[in-house]
Amino acid sequence: MRRLRIFAIGGWLSYRAMFGWLNPYLFVIILLVPSVTQILFFAYLGRAAGVEDDTFYVVGNAVVAAAVPGLFGMADTITDERYTHTLSLLVVSPASRVALFLGRAAPVAVNGAVVAAFAFVVGSLLLDVSVPMSALPALGLTILVTGFSCTGLGLVNAALGLRWRESALLSNMLLYFLLLAAGVNVPLDLLPGWLSTIAQVLPVTHGVEAARDLVAGASLVDVAPLLGAELLVGTVYATVGLFFVRLFEFEGRRGASLELA
Amino acid sequence: MAKGWAIHFKQESRNPFFLWILICTPIIYATIAYFLFRGGKDGQTLAAAAIGSAMMGIWSLTTTASAAALAQRRRAGLLELLVAAPVPFWAVLAPITIAISAVGVYSIGASLLYTRLLFGVALPIEDWPAFVAAVPASILAIGMLGFLLGAAFVRFRAAWAVGNLFEFPVWTICGLLIPIAVLPAWIEPVSWVFAPTWGMNAMRDAALGEQSAWDDIAVCLGLTVAYCVAGALLLRFFLRSALRRGTLALT
Repeated sequence: MRRLRIFAIGGWLSYRAMFGWLNPYLFVIILLVPSVTQILFFAYLGRAAGVEDDTFYVVGNAVVAAAVPGLFGMADTITDERYTHTLSLLVVSPASRVALFLGRAAPVAVNGAVVAAFAFVVGSLLLDVSVPMSALPALGLTILVTGFSCTGLGLVNAALGLRWRESALLSNMLLYFLLLAAGVNVPLDLLPGWLSTIAQVLPVTHGVEAARDLVAGASLVDVAPLLGAELLVGTVYATVGLFFVRLFEFEGRRGASLELA
Repeated sequence: MAKGWAIHFKQESRNPFFLWILICTPIIYATIAYFLFRGGKDGQTLAAAAIGSAMMGIWSLTTTASAAALAQRRRAGLLELLVAAPVPFWAVLAPITIAISAVGVYSIGASLLYTRLLFGVALPIEDWPAFVAAVPASILAIGMLGFLLGAAFVRFRAAWAVGNLFEFPVWTICGLLIPIAVLPAWIEPVSWVFAPTWGMNAMRDAALGEQSAWDDIAVCLGLTVAYCVAGALLLRFFLRSALRRGTLALT
């Protein structure tokens, strides 16, 4: 019961605290508006380059919008604790780390899915991209799965924040790498072979591919292997992230470097 | 102002977050442009993309850091002291934002070096005097646009987030990576009021020798002065309002 309380109430409070202490307008200006302006930028870049159509960029950038809350939100769960001098208190608490961090990850993953869905709808309306109505439930599921896998990577990012102060920088680098290598803006067949191989173990890659297939008319059954791969990638990252949290927490306590890293 | 600029330039040059953003932004976007333009129909715009992605790096940092400059000083308890000092406050803030954009010279270096070494895309600079004039003019213009932004959002506690809003729109509207001709027709007149549009045109023209860059440099500098005046007026208005209400440290 206590674990469930830490997971649900602790996670919800931590999520709300990320927005400048309960200020909802930050949600709009940090997450919603930039997700749409990013779609427009890449769609016009694609037109200028003559590579792919608007649908490619709307789907790719809408799905990757789930990564922003996943990466930055999870990193902030560590850095904000350090900033407010509560990280040491958190670390000495007997609370289950799995419940604690999964509780923080759950609203972030849902948040990522909401932002991605918003970007998808607004991007499609602005660029006149048509999506079959029958594909919407499967697209919703795809976005949710991608939000989960991005949060898995975010958990690794958050754990690294226990050892490295510049976790905002790492979040930016990871996001940039996803924009480049996960098939979001550059078709995988235009990338060098080694980079498209790395893309297979990145979150977003399979989710984007599944979303594009669904928009093109595929059924949920058709994209099930892609969603399974996305889920697997997310699960592996989340597991590695939880392991790193434990490891770096131990290292931080031993070296008395939790507040310094 | 010169001393303020020099101090802040040194300080911002030692910020690892700033430096990585300045180096990585152009590298990632130059790479995306390289793969897209090589895979697409037009392979002739890679040199311009190298300049454009460098300018994107400069704007990316300036828009966030300049908008946050006042909030940082407020948090450190310095804002009231700076406002109360006999030096006009615009002369304190402007060197900070110009210094932030001037650190962007690393962005230009990183972008040109990266595209040359990794992709073999050399930048054939046809008009060196114009290019040498266009680089500082563009940096100054972006710095003053950041100053205007910082002044406009002095009342917002989350100014850094508001600044972040302008990252992609300015990249798009100013044609830093995308030719303005590709955008909807109504955007072109909008792009004229953004000095980075003219700075980018100047650097591209000077490098590729398509036409004279000096007109673009002149317009860029003219708009920079306009930003300076507008920013100073906005700052005066908002600071007076904050002082009258006693909210300088609170907003």
